[in-house]
Amino acid sequence: MSKPKLAVIGNGMAGIRTIEELLKLAPDKYEITVFGAEPHPNYNRILLSPVLAGEQTLKDIVLNDWDWYKDNGINLITGKKIVDIHRTKRELKAETGEIYSYDRLLVATGSNPFILPIPGANLPGVISYRDIADTEAMIDAAKAYKKAIVIGGGLLGLEAANGLKLRGMDVTVVHVMPWLMERQLDERAGKLLQASLEAKGIEFKMQANTEALIAGESGRVAAIKFKSGEQIPAELVVMAVGIRPNTELAAKSGLAVSQRPGGILVNDTMQTLTDPRIYSVGECVNHRGIAYGLVAPLFEMAKVCANHLAEYGIGRYVGSVTSTKLKVTGVDLFSAGNFQGDADTEDITLSDPIGGVYKRLVIKGNKLVGACLYGDTVDGSWYFKLLREGKDIAEIRDQLMFGESNIGDVGHEGNTRAASMKDTDEVCGCNGVCKGVITKAIKEKGLFTLDEVKKHTKAASSCGSCTGLVEQILMFTAGGDYSATPKMKPMCGCTDHTHQEARDTIQANKLLSVPDVMKFLNWRTPNGCSSCRPALNYYLLSAWPKDYIDDPQSRVINERAHANIQKDGTFSVIPRMWGGETTADELRRIANAVDKYKIPTVKVTGGQRIDLLGVRKEDLPSVWKDIGMPSGHAYAKALRTVKTCVGSEWCRFGTQDSTQMGKDLERAFWRMYAPHKVKFAVSGCPRNCAEAGIKDVGVIGVDSGWELYVAGNGGIKTEVAQFFVKVKTSEEVLEYTGAFMQLYREEGWYLERTVHYVSRVGLDYVKKKVLDDAANRKALWERLQFALDGEPDPWFEFDKARVDTRQFIPIKPIAPAEAIPAE
Amino acid sequence: MKIETHMNWRYVCRLDELPVLGARVIERSDEEGGNVAVFRNDQDVVFALLDKCPHKGGPLSQGIVFGERVACPLHNWTIELKSGEAVAPDVGCTKRFPVKVESANVFIDLTAHA
Ligand code: SRM
Ligand SMILES: Cc1cc2nc3c(=O)[nH]c(=O)nc-3n(C[C@H](O)[C@H](O)[C@H](O)COP(=O)(O)OP(=O)(O)OC[C@H]3O[C@@H](n4cnc5c(N)ncnc54)[C@H](O)[C@@H]3O)c2cc1C
Ligand code: SF4
Ligand code: FES
Repeated sequence: MSKPKLAVIGNGMAGIRTIEELLKLAPDKYEITVFGAEPHPNYNRILLSPVLAGEQTLKDIVLNDWDWYKDNGINLITGKKIVDIHRTKRELKAETGEIYSYDRLLVATGSNPFILPIPGANLPGVISYRDIADTEAMIDAAKAYKKAIVIGGGLLGLEAANGLKLRGMDVTVVHVMPWLMERQLDERAGKLLQASLEAKGIEFKMQANTEALIAGESGRVAAIKFKSGEQIPAELVVMAVGIRPNTELAAKSGLAVSQRPGGILVNDTMQTLTDPRIYSVGECVNHRGIAYGLVAPLFEMAKVCANHLAEYGIGRYVGSVTSTKLKVTGVDLFSAGNFQGDADTEDITLSDPIGGVYKRLVIKGNKLVGACLYGDTVDGSWYFKLLREGKDIAEIRDQLMFGESNIGDVGHEGNTRAASMKDTDEVCGCNGVCKGVITKAIKEKGLFTLDEVKKHTKAASSCGSCTGLVEQILMFTAGGDYSATPKMKPMCGCTDHTHQEARDTIQANKLLSVPDVMKFLNWRTPNGCSSCRPALNYYLLSAWPKDYIDDPQSRVINERAHANIQKDGTFSVIPRMWGGETTADELRRIANAVDKYKIPTVKVTGGQRIDLLGVRKEDLPSVWKDIGMPSGHAYAKALRTVKTCVGSEWCRFGTQDSTQMGKDLERAFWRMYAPHKVKFAVSGCPRNCAEAGIKDVGVIGVDSGWELYVAGNGGIKTEVAQFFVKVKTSEEVLEYTGAFMQLYREEGWYLERTVHYVSRVGLDYVKKKVLDDAANRKALWERLQFALDGEPDPWFEFDKARVDTRQFIPIKPIAPAEAIPAE
Repeated sequence: MKIETHMNWRYVCRLDELPVLGARVIERSDEEGGNVAVFRNDQDVVFALLDKCPHKGGPLSQGIVFGERVACPLHNWTIELKSGEAVAPDVGCTKRFPVKVESANVFIDLTAHA
């Protein structure tokens, strides 16, 4: 059976991105033919500006070279414009007369530069700025002529002006509005931008209306004439006054097209409204009334479109939030969202005219809705993230302006300026990736999103503390972080569903096994991957504590072997020492085990207990048995340690018995699985020797009772715990802690620690659920106790904890004759 | 058994002694070439690889098995069980061994280079 034919009109960024996504999902589904009017393979249009400025070459910006099409069996026909679509016959007609048939069609014709309807607009020497041919024309003109005029003070115009100036021309930018980039910047930022471009030698003519372009003796353009009557000489005129969706072909073929702002009308699955066999993506479409002019939305569209072309039938495109960055070296500006503000918004502004810094943050309610930064854009990607995710910023509002590095980001302060880093500077400390490796991968492999950079370079893929830096490098190298709007971010490549959707589905449909969830939600892979399976296993476990049967094969090795794997394949054993207290007897048993099993290292951990490192896997059950102490769960997404100080029993300052409180907490909560690991600490007085200020729950004794702090984190990025409540009795400490923990267990996403959970939902929300609503608090605490009741200790109750003990027994192969009857 | 006569099959265990979507380890000294991981997926296909990740030698037997792949427990590289190849963008390959399942008994040839 021959494959159905998929034809793509438009060999540009959106069309080819769709094909790339499609090949990932269904590589053999279609016989694919791509038609491109330009005589080039797909290249990164964004980077035409650095090419014009002489910072990159045309060779650098090719995204898919000729071989890519060949290797993927794609029939590429370049330099050929399609002029007609015969929808009933399902045929395409090329400018040169050939006919091609299709079963499904993707229209990705991009947009056309808008040409001012003025006399002289078609004179030689007047060009627009859209493709390689335009860029080459400008580079050539700069060699032969001196006087350039750029009409349009938007992103494209300014990038063109900057490039022409760097190529030695005298450049004047003509703009009708009172300030530059008025669609992305407010007046203050626009004026600052003008000043710094003037400092680079570019001249400006603002609020100037062009009336005509005048030809010289040779027939080439020689001057520009304004409505005021004034004329200035011009040997090259670049028109950069905007773009219009390229819908000529679509309209002619009877596809519905919007008049304003233009674009082929499509639905959320990227199908044209007129003909479900015809899809459309990119700048040529109009989705819910918007025609986009940046690449990030196009990539999101491409993903959805590919999913439907592959006939998976899931995923909808629901629109995008975009941000802008001007690619003029030495000029830092960033804007996103509603940066102008309106009647319902408030502004936070910072302005330092001498230092050339201006920042405006627009806030609505407790959310950041817009940002406009000039001169210092280090935090652009952070603001953009807050904005896209709709994060509650109430807690950090007073520090928001000072940027991410001020929000408790110990150790990362200062040198976060990706642009000024050298290629050999290390970016990711976990995986030893330096800047040069990242920029090289971005350029050579054509990466656009943080996820892609993570995959290809491993940067930011471990602890994640360098994520912001990598985003910045992306921004400087590819022009932006084009990650999809994260609220729709799927769990992993196996599904389009988010963590929340998976959770809700498990709850609503009482699903009771990992395969059932995958079936119900149409997982793409037969049994998921190492990222989604452990997450689903946890969601099932927390939703149905007594009914769900834990699946050890969906747990990572540490939780399957109940010990931490080490780099040489041996394991570590950390027994529980309640509240950090131990006895001579326990220490003696540990010492004996160390001798008997020749355990190479004994170390006191940062969590107040003892770690036996280098235990062979087959010895684990015997070591557990010999030391006879409960599992410390140091390997699990579960309650780890409860650190304590000596407290009132011994300490001369102690106001409360913190050691006893810690032991009570640990006994009440041990064996508690959670979205991520959980750590508590109890100090006997505000001197806080147990460091309760950086724990998931920190308890500090005061004369009149206990203060509870929540959502601290001492790890990758130190976050100080936030004051939660003050209580009188130790019973209340247990109840409030329990309620908070259960809320987190029920709502936290897998691998989200309390600090991230609380910053996602907001502390006010947690307070409402736990503090203000006493009945709910009690109910939460009861649900947790119900879940923990009868939970086994995995080091001793193998069956009940579903520990597969076969893993501790190595296999010895034997000759078949000895084992089974001869064949 | 035609071509198989030159094979050096050894009996490993019964199929049901291998965990579904899991693995067990054949222990061998370094002189013998090191441990071998024997995997079973949910279609009861059995695979055998040297128990050493091409990245930094992590024990693949301890990883999470899905489809025809395993994720290394140390730094999460994904390895194709059939070929021993790391899944792109990572690059590397680990040695594989011929295995067969006959009437629910698993056999391996530890001498052959598959
Ligand atoms: C053993 C120990 C270091 C030591 O020798 O002291 C340790 C060892 C590891 N830590 Fe830790 N952490 C240890 C205390 C801590 C502490 C201090 C504490 O608990 O008071 C912290 C900071 C507090 C916190 O968690 O907020 C800590 C923050 C981390 C982090 C960063 C977590 C974060 O959310 O920022 C990781 C990475 C992760 O979990 O993804 C980590 C991960 C690890 C891993 C599991 C790395 C790994 O995946 O293999 C290490 C396992 C070694 C092993 O096999 O035993 N370890 N780790 C400590 C065991 C404590 C215990 O008794 O259970
Ligand atoms: C100089 C410049 C700088 C930019 N900077 C940024 C930036 O910093 N950030 C950002 O997000 N975006 C930027 N953009 C915008 C970005 O490049 C576009 O959003 C993106 O390229 C649009 O992709 P597309 O596939 O829809 O269209 P295109 O990439 O334009 O692809 C459409 C292709 O279809 C071909 N075609 C059209 N009609 C036909 C036909 N009938 N038959 C055959 N082929 C046809 C065209 O020749 C073209 O090659 C910039 C654009 C330019 C020009
Ligand atoms: S124990 Fe913790 S801090 Fe030390 S190397 Fe391991 S993960 Fe890093
Ligand atoms: S050793 Fe396997 S991924 Fe590093």
